[in-house]
Amino acid sequence: MNLHMASQINSFLAALVLLTAFGMLVQKRIYGLIHLFAWQGFFLSLNTAVVGFVANKHHLYISSVLTLSLKVVVLPYILHVLINRLRIRKEVETVVNIPMTMMIGIALVIFSYHLTAPIRELSTLITRSTLAVALATVMLGLLMMITRRHAVTQIIGFLALENGLFFAATSATYGMPLVVELGVALDVLIAAFIFGIFFFHIHTTFDSLDVEQMAKLKESD
Amino acid sequence: MNVYPFISEILQIAIVLGIAPAFIGWVRMLKCWSQGRTSAGLLQPYRDISKLFAKDVVLAENASWIFRFTPYLVFGTTVLAGGIIPMLSIDLPLSATADVIVLVALFAIARFFTALAGMDIGTAFGGMGSSREMTIASLAEPAMLMAIFTISLAARSTSLSQIVQVIYSGQSVLRPSLAFAFLAFVLISLAETGRIPVDNPATHLELTMIHEAMILEYSGRHLALIEWAGMMKLFLFMSLGAVLFFPWGIDATGSAVGVVLAFVFLLLKLAVSGVILVLIETGLAKMRLFRLTEFLGSAFLMATLGMLAYYILD
Repeated sequence: MNLHMASQINSFLAALVLLTAFGMLVQKRIYGLIHLFAWQGFFLSLNTAVVGFVANKHHLYISSVLTLSLKVVVLPYILHVLINRLRIRKEVETVVNIPMTMMIGIALVIFSYHLTAPIRELSTLITRSTLAVALATVMLGLLMMITRRHAVTQIIGFLALENGLFFAATSATYGMPLVVELGVALDVLIAAFIFGIFFFHIHTTFDSLDVEQMAKLKESD
Repeated sequence: MNVYPFISEILQIAIVLGIAPAFIGWVRMLKCWSQGRTSAGLLQPYRDISKLFAKDVVLAENASWIFRFTPYLVFGTTVLAGGIIPMLSIDLPLSATADVIVLVALFAIARFFTALAGMDIGTAFGGMGSSREMTIASLAEPAMLMAIFTISLAARSTSLSQIVQVIYSGQSVLRPSLAFAFLAFVLISLAETGRIPVDNPATHLELTMIHEAMILEYSGRHLALIEWAGMMKLFLFMSLGAVLFFPWGIDATGSAVGVVLAFVFLLLKLAVSGVILVLIETGLAKMRLFRLTEFLGSAFLMATLGMLAYYILD
């Protein structure tokens, strides 16, 4: 595999990550959302392995396997179990105006391209062009957290945001040190458990995972 | 002067006219098989068209010249579009005179007049169909142009021959921008040619019709021409997709053997695209009309992402 081919595969996988990010932004069904999230993790781990191969950094293989096991298997499984336990499997979320969200998403991609253009000029890594995509994935995750009202989808948005950060680290500096990555992975796993507990609490208190309901907590005067 | 380009041009128009009904027949056959029905055969569309040509035209009393003129215009523009797309050979005389934006405009003219004809008679269904068709068109056309601009950026030209040449001789196989443009193109072709999930071409229920509602009042040779043009449109979109994104086997040298070989490849690609079309159609249900904005919005999104990916990733 020569360098040119590898950089093409790299940017193609980056494009797929971006596509799944947009897919999650517009997906209404929770099950579809989890599947898209798993796909994003899968493309991310493939991409990390390719970068590891090209840059000859062996610790990237470990983070690739870590991503594969955590974000493609464990986290989607936990979310599946949660959704089954809370019996919200048939719930379809009403997202406000999907075409508008898409337009904002496109604007965010352009913005992150603009933002990373100077870094792209300075960097010599072959992954430098995917940095814009990584930043866009972060922003799209953030946008998803803002536009959604359901607690589970907000969490998936948060996890997608974390995917973007991981991707940014891979494309900007060939990955963070392994210790940091292990720490982050553990944090995400713990966070998933804590979210689970929170979901149960929200569900028992409000009988729904719609965070709009929390407005009831406000004392009326 | 080299006569080969002109021969291949004439040959190509003949192919578009002659094979488009067979392609529809192939799609219907596959669809029948996939649903466990007996099919009417590959030649049924030819029989339909010839039956319609033999029948008398029934015109409404208040039909204006637009109504009578539209079938010929739709048929003419579609044949002309068939002359522009380089299917067999890159070196086409007509392809040099008109680029891909003209191609979109040709389809737009046909659609505009069909919508006018739908309203001309004054029946409720015609007006409804026209209104729906224009709703879809207003969303599909920007997406189509965006997808085309993405390909044009990659090829640095809007001429179809030039685009095919560049992509044919290109070194890079996995270009994210082209992949996005292809996805957008697939969604748009479904909308433009009126297939499921946008429109059901086999519907008999007037309230769900889009394209069929506009041509409900047509009969005889007028209907035959419009139906034939519709078949050619599907054929053209499929071969446009095959030629732009998978141009392998197209004749770049201008020899007789090359043209024959290109023809065989074209048939193969069309057969495969028919299978894919049927898989999409049997796998999906028809969408509600109000969800089409999301469908076409995502086509626009893909096309725009393709354009961005050209700058970011290529």
